[in-house]
Amino acid sequence: MRIAVVATCLGDAMFPQAPIATVQLLERLGHEVVFPADQTCCGQMHVNTGYLDTALPVVRHHVEVFAGALDDGVDAIVAPSGSCVGCVRHQHAMVARRAGDEGLAQAAEHGAARTYELSELLVDVLGLTDVGAYYPHRVTYHPTCHSLRMLRVGDKPLQLLRHVRGLQLVELPEAEVCCGFGGTFAVKNAETSTAMLADKMANVLSSRAEVCTAGDSSCLMHIGGGLSRLRSGVRTVHLAEILASTDEGDASVDAVVGGGAGSRSTQRTGEAAGAAHGHGVAR
Amino acid sequence: MTTVQLGMPTVASDPHGHLRGTESFPKAAHKALADTQLRRNLGHATRTIRAKRAAVVGEVDDWEELRRAGESIKADTMARLPELLVQLEEQVTARGGHVHWARDAEEANRIVVDLVRGTGADEVVKVKSMATQETGLNEALEAAGVAAFETDLAELIVQLSHDRPSHFLVPAIHRNRAEIREIFLREMPGVDPALTDEPRRLAMAARAHLRRKFLTAKVGISGVNFAVAETGTLSVVESEGNGRMCLTLPDTLITVMGVEKVVPTWSDLEVFLQLLPRSSTGERMNPYTSTWTGVTPGDGPQTFHLVLLDNGRSNVLASPDGRQALHCIRCSACLNVCPVYERTGGHAYGSIYPGPIGAVLSPQLTGISGPDDVNASLPYASSLCGACFDACPVRIDIPHLLVQQRAEAVAAHTRPTAQDLTMQAMAIAMTTPARFKFAEKALGLGRVLAGRKGRITGLPWPMSGWTNARDLPAPPQETFRQWWSRTHGDTQRSGAGPSTGEDA
Amino acid sequence: MTAREEVLARLRAAREAGKPASPVVVTREFRTTGALAPGSAEVLARLDETLTDYKATVHRVDTEAGVADAVAGVLSEARSIVVPPGLPGEWLTGYGGEVRRDGPPLAVDELDAVDAVITGAVVAIADTGTFVLASAASDQGRRAITLVPDHHVCVIRAADVVCSVPEAIARLDPSSPLTFVSGPSATSDIELDRVEGVHGPRRLDVVLVGP
Repeated sequence: MRIAVVATCLGDAMFPQAPIATVQLLERLGHEVVFPADQTCCGQMHVNTGYLDTALPVVRHHVEVFAGALDDGVDAIVAPSGSCVGCVRHQHAMVARRAGDEGLAQAAEHGAARTYELSELLVDVLGLTDVGAYYPHRVTYHPTCHSLRMLRVGDKPLQLLRHVRGLQLVELPEAEVCCGFGGTFAVKNAETSTAMLADKMANVLSSRAEVCTAGDSSCLMHIGGGLSRLRSGVRTVHLAEILASTDEGDASVDAVVGGGAGSRSTQRTGEAAGAAHGHGVAR
Repeated sequence: MTTVQLGMPTVASDPHGHLRGTESFPKAAHKALADTQLRRNLGHATRTIRAKRAAVVGEVDDWEELRRAGESIKADTMARLPELLVQLEEQVTARGGHVHWARDAEEANRIVVDLVRGTGADEVVKVKSMATQETGLNEALEAAGVAAFETDLAELIVQLSHDRPSHFLVPAIHRNRAEIREIFLREMPGVDPALTDEPRRLAMAARAHLRRKFLTAKVGISGVNFAVAETGTLSVVESEGNGRMCLTLPDTLITVMGVEKVVPTWSDLEVFLQLLPRSSTGERMNPYTSTWTGVTPGDGPQTFHLVLLDNGRSNVLASPDGRQALHCIRCSACLNVCPVYERTGGHAYGSIYPGPIGAVLSPQLTGISGPDDVNASLPYASSLCGACFDACPVRIDIPHLLVQQRAEAVAAHTRPTAQDLTMQAMAIAMTTPARFKFAEKALGLGRVLAGRKGRITGLPWPMSGWTNARDLPAPPQETFRQWWSRTHGDTQRSGAGPSTGEDA
Repeated sequence: MTAREEVLARLRAAREAGKPASPVVVTREFRTTGALAPGSAEVLARLDETLTDYKATVHRVDTEAGVADAVAGVLSEARSIVVPPGLPGEWLTGYGGEVRRDGPPLAVDELDAVDAVITGAVVAIADTGTFVLASAASDQGRRAITLVPDHHVCVIRAADVVCSVPEAIARLDPSSPLTFVSGPSATSDIELDRVEGVHGPRRLDVVLVGP
């Protein structure tokens, strides 16, 4: 299958380990991955902050870039982010229609119908629950709100995690409660956001997990930023990174060896990440 | 549209009544979040009700079909609202009731005050009603020399403690049993000094306190849960029996309802009487639901007045998406599942309508007058987590309405704000790939801030909101597109192939 | 312009301005018949469960002939009771206290002075533990008599028991006042936990007649 990857603006600029792992995973599974290099951002931040008119050219750009990829024979589009796919699927056409651009709305719907969040692509499109990953850690999974309630990915990420060899999956108490990120909410209502984060962190810590994973780098940035401030000894790792990890090596560490782009999960949590260095370095 | 006077008391000068607070949500939330007792009380109460609701909703195998029915009946109602109200008026009048219309809160209050005065009564008993909370009726009655006694236990607690309601269903949800005991001991005349904080004992104290009032009241005032246009039948859904007392024993009953409370037919209640109790108190059915149609000789009040209130509802109806907010049946399920509400409580929203539905209803009822309107901050009081939509018994797409109201808030900017300029600059970068790459390079400067520890712990405003509580990782040495270019060359795909070309 | 004319004019304009792109289609795909047959032994058993769950006390009798004994049992401590004008006299044959018929209507203070009230019910809903009192029914009477006394005894016949809310709504005539009762008076206003007994009757006994 020929699959175009949406790196997402946050993934491209700040958390490349998630799209890198997505590419490595899909290539390992034998698929051809395409990176339409003109892509920038889906426009979610603008839309969700109320800048629907300002978002219009951003949305148009995204739709046109990926329409080009589809014209070029791409079978599916994937993003390692529930919220970006949520924006593509549920907001792009709305923004276009609001601006009276029915042509763009239909083009957006055409692209959205072929755009998948990573766990959707793996389970629904590729029919996989075992991707051959190996990740010998105690992991808890936070279902991000947009993957849970906008995309309804259900237990697909959990099905994938349950098939990862060596991985001990532990339940996150009150898992379905929002972590408090919410995009600009985390800045505009920082104190409320922090109060929500405090409860999420308490639940993560009570799970005794070493790693908290999720399908969105943004929520992980929030949860991981809090856990880092606490020097909690728990790190956040994107679902794609876990699924890309094999007994040949951990995806993020692979990238470090490759050139240093991927050690963010360790840098992110500072000294707390030391625990993660004990395995998988060989390659 | 009214302009809010910062720092002024909420109601008096606003013809809309209690639909605006005095400070923005983040400021009000700051105080609420510091109140650890409040957060503990809210956490306990909302957790209790969430579990109860989940259990009774789980018993109903056609719950989703009921939600869709509720949604579509309400949408149909909105499409026929003027005709249905006229039909309701005809039916109520034919059954001996009197119907009044009020453009806004002030007018509704004036009508009710005049009606009460006309009876010669100097006190009234009230069953909890959001509509009269919205209009500030109690204050208007007090100003006219009429004492209004709230009879719902939670409203009584709020009234005795000179507090404000913080929840649709349980206006005193922010109080725990120990605080309620203290309020009763301090404020309730003749209360047993040995009163404990056992909920049953507290309920008994309320019963003793109000019993005489009920048995002697000449005028009762109520709201409405559902008004049936076809038959002129009104209904009140309650638990304690205080509603029955107010609806049955006085000589005169005055009912105030927002115009959106009408439903087309009697049989529509088969849907709403299933959706409402399970969503609100988490019960299969609430203890008491009363229905009445005009005046019934020999049973209940022999004089009946119905006041139909607009107060901004026509503004809401004029918005194709926004009118969904009028579908609300005031169950408060969205409050109980909202992680923001759970931590800040209802007072932080300022308006009498708190929580997710309040955040989309209040700014639509009042309109957003400009960037400094406190109601412009309400649509942002959400992480857009979507839990409210899943809980809503009539499927109001609250997350979508929040985004839409954010757009209204932005549109009300009379001059570009710092946020506007940032968003516009980012949009330009995000539509021009070359500028986007340049911006990514600039972001790399963040590594300097992060230093050797690899994490950013302090940033200037507005990003200080982030770094006050969370670290930010250093930007990576290599972006994804740089990694791609290094590992896959300049081609855009893992195999060789033509480029997708520049976009238009 | 009067307030009526102005509000209606605003609403008419708003209704057009906010008109949805496609006409509203009302969907009623929910169940309108319950899982258990009306009047069946199963539906009575379910009603017994749901009533009991909400703190009503249920007394089962096989036939209407058993009602008098059941009533006498639950009212053994009541010195005086009020009954609606048309309550069947045979339900009271075992009761030894003072019976006050509400016709002509008793004053509120007189209602406050009696210990209990007995009524029938027009329909009961097993799914929710609810019975409905209709003011127009002569064995149920005006609303005040089931509100002021502190103890309510309600006799429900099997033929009047349905399973679901839609079945009950279909049987009801809203032209006279109705009261849906589910358990004794209660409140959830303290920490959102239900406690029984506030302003309405604090004790509720149901005599359920049927298989």
